[in-house]
Amino acid sequence: MATANLAVDLSNLSKQFDKKSPVVLDGLSLTVNRGEFVCLLGASGCGKSTLLNILAELDLPTSGSVKVSEPPTLMFQDAALMPWLTAGENIELALRISGYEKSGRKKRAQELLELVHLPASFDKRPHELSGGMRQRVSIARALAQERGILLMDEPFAALDAITRDFLHEELLQIWKQTELTVIFVTHNVREAVRLGQRVLLMSSKPGRFLKEWSINLPEPRRIDAPEVANLASEITDHLRNEIKRHG
Amino acid sequence: MANHSNHQSELGLLSAGLDALETQSSTDVTLFKRVLKHAGPILAILFFVGAWQIVFNLKLTPDYVLPSPGQVFTSLKNQYEQGILIPSAWNSLRRGFQGFIFAILIATPIGLLLGVNKNVRLVLKPIITGLQQLPSVAWVPAAIIWFGLSNATIYTVILLGAVPSIANGLSSGIDQIPTQLLKVGKVLGANRWQSIRFIILPASLPGFLGGLEQGWAFAWRSLMAAELIAVSPALGVGLGQLLDVGRQLGDMALVLGAIISIMFVGVLVERVFFSPIRERTLRVRGL
Ligand SMILES: Nc1ncnc2c1ncn2[C@@H]1O[C@H](COP(=O)(O)OP(=O)(O)OP(=O)(O)O)[C@@H](O)[C@H]1O
Ligand SMILES: [Mg+2]
Repeated sequence: MATANLAVDLSNLSKQFDKKSPVVLDGLSLTVNRGEFVCLLGASGCGKSTLLNILAELDLPTSGSVKVSEPPTLMFQDAALMPWLTAGENIELALRISGYEKSGRKKRAQELLELVHLPASFDKRPHELSGGMRQRVSIARALAQERGILLMDEPFAALDAITRDFLHEELLQIWKQTELTVIFVTHNVREAVRLGQRVLLMSSKPGRFLKEWSINLPEPRRIDAPEVANLASEITDHLRNEIKRHG
Repeated sequence: MANHSNHQSELGLLSAGLDALETQSSTDVTLFKRVLKHAGPILAILFFVGAWQIVFNLKLTPDYVLPSPGQVFTSLKNQYEQGILIPSAWNSLRRGFQGFIFAILIATPIGLLLGVNKNVRLVLKPIITGLQQLPSVAWVPAAIIWFGLSNATIYTVILLGAVPSIANGLSSGIDQIPTQLLKVGKVLGANRWQSIRFIILPASLPGFLGGLEQGWAFAWRSLMAAELIAVSPALGVGLGQLLDVGRQLGDMALVLGAIISIMFVGVLVERVFFSPIRERTLRVRGL
């Protein structure tokens, strides 16, 4: 019964790109419950993207087992929208590939745009939208797939702080409305504390899980709340120690 | 619940404000630039014809070596009045287009295979590149021996000129697709065919269009070379044949007139056909 509730179940997962190169991921084990919001922190190059790619089946592990309750969807740092399609058509493409019936696609795409607060952007091309708006279209596209697991690889790293703050709020709102399981990768400790129910810290070379924190802070949290700042500085200390270890 | 919807509308307002601030209003091309774009070529022609007239007036050479613009115009007018010019141009254009359409039909699957299959590329790419290096006029004697003075000869030469460019254009268009977009295709769950249809083909369109444009230029050149060499009543009239008639008669005005017509048709096709498609494609993608 316990496993029925799991969205992700990794056990002893390792990844080495080729025999001569260093081990990138070293014996990771992790379970993520359905509906959980987990943030993954780690220094640059520690293997966060590699892990998400393996979860999304874009790459294979060298050893160990990966169980996901369903194929996840993945969002990148840049929105990766098709530049020849409008915002609405980008979402319609996701619906189409997922097998959504033709007659309802347009309406559904518009609904999803409204969900991310872009009611008037259906006919806009990606280059006509700001970075934040593009990333929201990308969220809407991910939601169009109706997958229960959403993997996000530093999705807001390229955005300014104000836009990022707004997107945090929007993402949490969507997460609460749906039953999404979210695994959110970031470099930004405060962002992790602001969003996650659980924060996992990864070590570098080889990548392992070092430590994890359950976040029991009152909602809604603000990124500049003192509790967030306190916990963030505690986690930052651990992260720094880990980075120093390589110096 | 009330609190929740308040929160919703607060987010909506924030979003609207942010979006308004972040979206740039599109800058319109100035009227001057637009006028210049159309007036530019006309100015260039006027300048060229003026310079030509001046050189002619210096009387450095006899008229049969360098006729005046007026004489060339009269010669073209004669051809027009005799009902030769328009059918010639039309015939060449029709042949060119038919050959070009064939070339697209043949080159597109080749280019797609080159783009998506590494093994095919290893074998085929050197052949295609070799063909592209060879001026297709070199095939005219061979084609005449194979097919005689027939349309088959002309189409063969057009195909050998255009197919490599189009195939290479498409395959390099595919090479330039950001890997991110291909990954998105996989994440969206696209199968092989869906990823070709919804991602690879549209994403490679700019490269493909470049290949088509170059392919057309090669097709048109090859056609003229073929028409110039393969002259036969069975082939009917064409601009290349018109050029050859001028050469045989030693009629420099007609030769220049034919050259200008060939150039004019080539530029016209580029202007009315390729250039708008290219501009639209790039504009849509914000390039
Ligand atoms: N395709 C690949 N082939 C070989 N090595 C790779 C490949 N992809 C990643 N690596 C290596 O694996 C390590 C982890 O890379 P990864 O992109 O997962 O890190 P990351 O934690 O996402 O870093 P960042 O925070 O900078 O995005 C790096 O040392 C990288 O050089
Ligand atoms: Mg990464």
